[in-house]
Amino acid sequence: MTASIKTPLTNMQMRLAGYGGQGVLFAGRVIANAGLLSGKEVSWLPSYGPEMRGGTCNCSIIIQDEPIGTPLVLEPQVVVAMNKLSLERFAQAVEPGGWLFVDESTFDIADYTLRDDIKNLVYPYAQTASDNGIDDEQGNPIGSLIMVAAVWKETQFCTEEVLEEALRISIPDRKQALLEKNLRALAIGKGL
Amino acid sequence: MSEVREPKRLMKGNEAVAEAAIRAGCRTYFGYPITPQNELAAYMSKRMPQVDGVFVQAESETSAINMVYGASAAGARVLTSSSSPGVALKAEGLSYLAGADLPSVIINIQRGGPGLGTIQPSQGDYFMSTKAPGHGDFKCLVYAPATVQEMADMVGDAFEKADQYRMPALILSDGLLGQMMEPVALPPIKDPADCPQHDWAMTGTKGERAPMEINSLQLYPEELEAANTERYARYDVVKANEQAAELYQTQDAEIIVVAYGASARTAKSAVDLARDAGIKAGMVRPLLVWPYPDDSINDLIEAGKVKGFLTVEMSMGQMVEDVRLVVNGRLPIDSYNRTGGLVPDPQAILAKMNEMQAQFAEGGV
Amino acid sequence: MARTMPAPKDNEKVVFERTKGLTDTAFTYCAGCMHGTVHRLIGESLEALQVTGSTVGVAPVGCSVTATNFFNCDMVQASHGRAAAVATGIKRVNPNNIVFSYQGDGDLAAIGTAESVHAAARGEHITVIFINNAIYGMTGGQMAPTTMPGQITQTSPYGRIIAQDGYPLRVVEMLSTLDGVAYAERVSVDTPKNIRAAKRAVRKAFEYQRDKRGYSIVEVLCTCPTNWGLNPLDSADWMRKNMFPYYPLGVYRDIKAEGFENIVDAAAAKLEDQKAAYAAQVEAELAREIAKEERKASMKADIAEAADSKGGA
Repeated sequence: MTASIKTPLTNMQMRLAGYGGQGVLFAGRVIANAGLLSGKEVSWLPSYGPEMRGGTCNCSIIIQDEPIGTPLVLEPQVVVAMNKLSLERFAQAVEPGGWLFVDESTFDIADYTLRDDIKNLVYPYAQTASDNGIDDEQGNPIGSLIMVAAVWKETQFCTEEVLEEALRISIPDRKQALLEKNLRALAIGKGL
Repeated sequence: MSEVREPKRLMKGNEAVAEAAIRAGCRTYFGYPITPQNELAAYMSKRMPQVDGVFVQAESETSAINMVYGASAAGARVLTSSSSPGVALKAEGLSYLAGADLPSVIINIQRGGPGLGTIQPSQGDYFMSTKAPGHGDFKCLVYAPATVQEMADMVGDAFEKADQYRMPALILSDGLLGQMMEPVALPPIKDPADCPQHDWAMTGTKGERAPMEINSLQLYPEELEAANTERYARYDVVKANEQAAELYQTQDAEIIVVAYGASARTAKSAVDLARDAGIKAGMVRPLLVWPYPDDSINDLIEAGKVKGFLTVEMSMGQMVEDVRLVVNGRLPIDSYNRTGGLVPDPQAILAKMNEMQAQFAEGGV
Repeated sequence: MARTMPAPKDNEKVVFERTKGLTDTAFTYCAGCMHGTVHRLIGESLEALQVTGSTVGVAPVGCSVTATNFFNCDMVQASHGRAAAVATGIKRVNPNNIVFSYQGDGDLAAIGTAESVHAAARGEHITVIFINNAIYGMTGGQMAPTTMPGQITQTSPYGRIIAQDGYPLRVVEMLSTLDGVAYAERVSVDTPKNIRAAKRAVRKAFEYQRDKRGYSIVEVLCTCPTNWGLNPLDSADWMRKNMFPYYPLGVYRDIKAEGFENIVDAAAAKLEDQKAAYAAQVEAELAREIAKEERKASMKADIAEAADSKGGA
């Protein structure tokens, strides 16, 4: 195990990936807003096009003190893989000493050899969401906000107050009904 | 002049530019779906009715630009947007707008070409935008934003300059800037009533004046030549007054990276890496690519410190031709290009600068 | 080119004068061309409705590209085929203006088909004057989308061959199927009688726009003596003999005559009719299904009864 990256991780490059509909892009917006509220330079770049039509989707987030050059994230400190495909595609990119968060709800993590130079946090986020009734308007369990809280707990990319405020401003006015569920998701994630 | 700005909020480039257009007094938008600019039209479809504006989804890009032509002729501050293949379809209307001296703003969220290409970001429409936006002798102002904030800021300026010079203005953006979110402080809200009222607008004579016409047809060659000559005299004024570039670390720079838009973001990162590695690198970033910032490049050459230029583009190399025209053989020019929807990598640009540095050391210029 | 009429002397009175809907510029169209007649009908309509000062016209590409010189109102020149889109832009910005486009067959029905169909489908409150002379005039007489089967043109030297070139487009028939269309009529200007009918149609089209009823179009069958290679009188005969049967004159859509105020009411009523027809169709199908099931059941009962009676025997 190499030396871990020090926390709080207030300058961060991050990649969030999963299926479309898992709330990956939304979770990324919450994190980017947290950076904005912390007074940092921020960018959020989604994958788009065919990738967002039912297949996988991902977004790259940069939070840093300096103005952001390329918004592309090539060597993230944090990768979140909400499904098998994302794990296969992005796990190798994590900077040594960084974090890999994996949602194991839909596959068997035992099939994979995880890197030993990064911190691997494997947890059934979607299953937990399902067990706790945290779902979207169509009834799909949304584990992404539980995951955001888990990432926050590990890396401390912002203060606790900022995290909650970031969630509030990320939810559009017409969807405010979803705030309570998402706040509950954050609480669950923090308790993991 | 200080203007009061709202607190920054996270917005996609496509949405920020749309909201900024409305804030600049634009109340008329015509568009047609194409990725990666769809959020822009979607935003307009939602916002325009809220501000008593006009939103029409046209049956084609060609139709949309001709609706723009009609709306501009009627005196409106009017916008359309598309992505590369769709902008190519707008070429007809752009030429007519220019030929009739009508202002308007056209946003291009570029994607990879030729043909259907990819929907990923590209800068492959540089030639189309700066050299031949349509048939005939004409130019468009071409803005080249590199951040979401600049997308929001430039659209208002584009409307003003389009009105001032009576010519179309393009915002040459790309899928990266359109799709990404960054914090943006939106410009202040301008009342459409405060936008310039055009005495040439087709609003009916009301029985108070002679009929007027908006026309690009000249029946006699001498008249067309005179019209084109007048237009190019106006372009000379534009060239003299509207060149704009960001100069970054150029004071002592020996290698000047020239890049615009999204690729300039990466190029800037590469300049930082180069400085860390002891290379005297700097960057010229055109804020408009027509008129091209010839003066900035000339000034640097005349200052005598520059040993060579490196262009970075998301194309097979288009803007480099404008750099060649300015440099005119005085110094070497190298290029680093990515295409197909791929975005340059700062390390690869740094490697190119190392190569150049080595060549300078050998004196093999 | 401008010619102004001298003022009447003391012993003279004006019994007729050129409409103020047109400028004093002399037409530059060929001898026998019907553009001039149609221009005059438009000018007279604008004047009669007192809307010349609030009208913006859109000129096409084609022979009437010079129409900007002749109408005494603001005029915008459109590119080939896009007049309906340009008119849409003008009308949407200033909805109180009267906006018309003046287009030929190549312009409206070939390169501008999409713009024409969709402006009509959207129910744009514009008036389209469509000149159908079965040929491209300005470019020297090529085959148009409305060129007649067998008609010889520069690009149909053996006559329009249906197997190769397809069928001529019937524009007002096609557009009149669209809910956005308030008024669609086909007229001609070959005789005084037809000219009077055409004048009524043009005026009605502008009235419908003024009264915000919807999109209006008047198709005018015209001749092109120059490119048809016939003198004006023979051209008119040729038109009557060949075009009138294929493109029958008449009203194809008039929502006011159908009892509606505007396209919104007419479209709603049409949809209600269609819904009722569909419901009746579903009901009839259901009734047929029930009858079928009843027949089956009664057949089964008959068979069972027969078997019972056999078994009992």
